[in-house]
Amino acid sequence: MAEMMAKGEQPDVLFWVGCAGSFDDRAKKITKAFVKILNHLDYKFAVLGTEESCSGDPAKRAGNEFLFQMQAMANIEVMNAYEVKKIVTTCPHCFNTIKNEYPELGGLYDVMHHTQLLQSLIDEGRLTVEGGDYKGKKITFHDPCYLGRANEVYEAPRTLINNLDAELVEMKRCKSRGFCCGAGGAQMFKEPEKGQKDVNIERTEEALKIQPDFIATGCPFCNTMMTDGVKNKEKEEEVKVLDIAEMIATAKDL
Amino acid sequence: MEVSNLIFVLCLGIASFFFGRNVIKVRRNIMLGRDIDRSDRSRDRWMTMARVALGQSKMVVRPVAGFLHILVYVGFVIINIEVLEIVIDGLIGTHRVFAFMGAFYSFLIGSFEILAFLVLLACVLFMIRRNVLQIKRFVMQEMDGWPKLDANLILIFEVVLMSAFLLMQGADLALQNLGADHYVKAGSFPISSLLLPLFDGMSIEAIVMIERACWWFHILGILAFLNYLPYSKHFHIILAFPNTYYSNLEPKGAFTNMASVKSEVQMMMDPNADPYAAPAEAEDAEDPGRFGAKDVNDLNWVQLMNAYSCTECGRCTSECPANQTGKLLSPRKIMMDTRDRLEEFGTHVSANGKDGEDGKSLLDDYITREELWACTSCNACTQACPINIDPLSIILDMRRYLVMEESAAPTELNMMFTNVENNGAPWQFPAVDRLNWKDEA
Ligand code: HEM
Ligand code: SF4
Ligand code: SF4
Repeated sequence: MAEMMAKGEQPDVLFWVGCAGSFDDRAKKITKAFVKILNHLDYKFAVLGTEESCSGDPAKRAGNEFLFQMQAMANIEVMNAYEVKKIVTTCPHCFNTIKNEYPELGGLYDVMHHTQLLQSLIDEGRLTVEGGDYKGKKITFHDPCYLGRANEVYEAPRTLINNLDAELVEMKRCKSRGFCCGAGGAQMFKEPEKGQKDVNIERTEEALKIQPDFIATGCPFCNTMMTDGVKNKEKEEEVKVLDIAEMIATAKDL
Repeated sequence: MEVSNLIFVLCLGIASFFFGRNVIKVRRNIMLGRDIDRSDRSRDRWMTMARVALGQSKMVVRPVAGFLHILVYVGFVIINIEVLEIVIDGLIGTHRVFAFMGAFYSFLIGSFEILAFLVLLACVLFMIRRNVLQIKRFVMQEMDGWPKLDANLILIFEVVLMSAFLLMQGADLALQNLGADHYVKAGSFPISSLLLPLFDGMSIEAIVMIERACWWFHILGILAFLNYLPYSKHFHIILAFPNTYYSNLEPKGAFTNMASVKSEVQMMMDPNADPYAAPAEAEDAEDPGRFGAKDVNDLNWVQLMNAYSCTECGRCTSECPANQTGKLLSPRKIMMDTRDRLEEFGTHVSANGKDGEDGKSLLDDYITREELWACTSCNACTQACPINIDPLSIILDMRRYLVMEESAAPTELNMMFTNVENNGAPWQFPAVDRLNWKDEA
C-alpha cells in the first residue's frame, strides 16, 4: 500500500490478508492462490504488509474488549490515512469484524469476502473458470459460521463450486444450520473443554459420510480444523481440504 | 344480579389483581437490567414480530413440533373469543349472549369445538413426545425436576380445560334439545354432539349441574392458568411478542462495541490527551458499573426479558456444537440459569433494596466458567431460537467480566492476548515477517 501511495496511485481494492493468511503455513497457500488469481486478471490491489495488524476478532470473542478496540482503532487509523474504501479478505472473521464492528469506531469500508469478489468478477465476465481437475468431482462446502449465519453469505461460494463443473453435495447440516468447525470464539487458540469429542472431528465425520473428493472451505481456520480432522481419520489420501480460491487457481493452472 | 354473578365478578377481580401484581414484579425484575436502546427501526421490529412470533416462522424448521404448536397456538387465540362470551355471560347472567349473530355464531361455535379438539389432540401428542418418545432435547439434565413437571402441568392443564369446554358444550346441547328454560337454541356442535349419549336418561337438573360445573371449571381454570403463567415457561405466550419485537436486528456476527471501553481507548490513543489530567466527567457521570457481567443486574433488560421468555424448548442446545460434542455448555441452561437467578435476586431486592448483595451471583453459583469457555460463538443457538433469544450475548458479557475484571481467561488465551498486543497477531510471530509469503514460492 505504502508503495502505491508513494506512486500516487489508488488500488481498486485493499486485500486484507489477516494473521492466518500471513503467518500460518497452510493458510499462506490460500493467500498465494488468491493473489495469483488477482494478478492473472491484472486486478489492481494492495496489501498493508507490515502495517496490517490483527483485526482483533479473537480478542473480542474471548471477552477482551480493550484489546479489540485498541487493535481496531489502530487499524482504522492506518486505513483511513490511506483512504481505503474497498476491502477484500480471505478470512471470514476479519470480514465480519471489519464489516460490522469497525464502522461504529470510525472505519467505514465496503467489505467483501474473497468468494464474493470472485463471484462478481465472474458475473462481470472478467474471470472465467473451467472445471479442470475438479470436473465432475464430488465437492462439499463447509459453511464458515462467520460468513454464513453471521452474515448470511451462503450462495457466493456455492456458485463458484458450480462454476467448476463439480457436483456440489451438501452435508446434512448446512447453510443456516451449518455445524461449526470448532475454531471460532477464540477456541483456535486454546484446548477444548472436556467432552466426548472435538468439534472438528464431529464435523469431519459428517463430511466424510457423504464421501466427497474435496471438502471446500472459505476460511483459513475452518481449513485447519477440517484438515486436522481428515488427518485424524486417516483419510488425507482420499479427501482433500481446499479453499475455494485454491481450487479456482489450480483449475486455471495458475 | 344473582349471587353467582357476584361470585364471578369477585373471582375475575382477584385473578386480575394477582396477575397484575405478578406482571409488575416481572417487569420490575427485567428493569433491574442495564439500559440498552432498542427504540430504533420500529417498522423492521413490527415486521420481525409479525413474522417470527405471529407467523411462527422459526417454529416450522422442526415440522412436527412446529405443526402441533401452530394448532395449539391458533386454537388458543381463537378459542379466546369464546372466553370473551363466557366472561360477559358470567358478568350479566345471560346465556350465549352472542347468539343473536345466528348462522355466523353457529359457525364460530362449531369451529371452536373443532379447534378445541385439535388442541386437545396436539397436547396429548406433545405429552407423548416428552414422556414416551423421550425426545432428547426434552429429557436432558437441566430439565430434571421442576422444568419437566412444569412442561407436563401445562399440557395437562390444556387437556383438562379443553375437555371441560367440550363437556360443557355437550351438556348445553342436551339441555337445548330437552328445551330447558334459559338454554336457547344456538350454536353448532360437531364434536360435543358425540358426547350426547352420556346424558341419556339424566334429569334436566343433573345436566344443568354438569353444564354449570364445567362452565365454572373452565373459566376458573383459565383464570388460574393466567396466574400460573408468570411462574412458568408458559409465560412465553405473552412475552414471545415483545421479545421478538426487541430482538437484535443487526447481522448475527456483529458484537456490540462497549461504549465504556470506547471512551477509555479513545483517551488512551489521543495524542493530545493529558495522561495526568483528572478524569473530567468521571465525578458526576453515572457509574458505568463493572465491565461485562458477573450477575443478572450487569446484563441488559433485553437479555433479562429473553430469560423470562424462554420456552425451554432446547432447540438452541440441540444445535450447539459444544453441547453436541459433550461439553458442559448448554445455551438453554444459560437462559434458565439467568431466569432462576433473576427471580432470586429480585426477591432479595424486594426485601433489601436495590443495592442489596446476597453473596451470590449468576457467575459460579449458576453458570460455571467451564461452560462459558466452551462456546465457539458460532450463533447456532440464536439462529435456532424460535423467539429470537440471544444466549451468546450473555456468554460474551460474562467472558468480558472474567477477562477485564478478573483477568481470569484460560492461560492459552492470555498468551494469545499478549501476542496480539506485542506482535499484532495471535501467534508468536514477529510483525516484520507479515509479508514474507510474498517472496515464498
Ligand atoms: C399465544 C398462544 C400460545 C400458546 C397457547 C402456546 C402454547 C404452547 C404449548 C402448550 C407449548 C408446549 C409444547 C410442548 O410441551 O412441547 C408451547 C411450546 C412452545 N411455544 Fe408456544 N404458545 C403460544 C405462543 C407462542 C408464540 C407466539 C411463540 C413464538 C414463536 C411460541 C413458541 C413456542 C416454543 C418455541 C415452544 C417450545 C416447544 C417446541 O419447540 O417443541 N409459542 N407453546
Ligand atoms: S454460540 Fe456458543 S452457545 Fe451458541 S450454539 Fe454456538 S457454541 Fe453453543
Ligand atoms: S433460548 Fe430459545 S431455543 Fe433455547 S430453549 Fe429457550 S426458547 Fe428454546
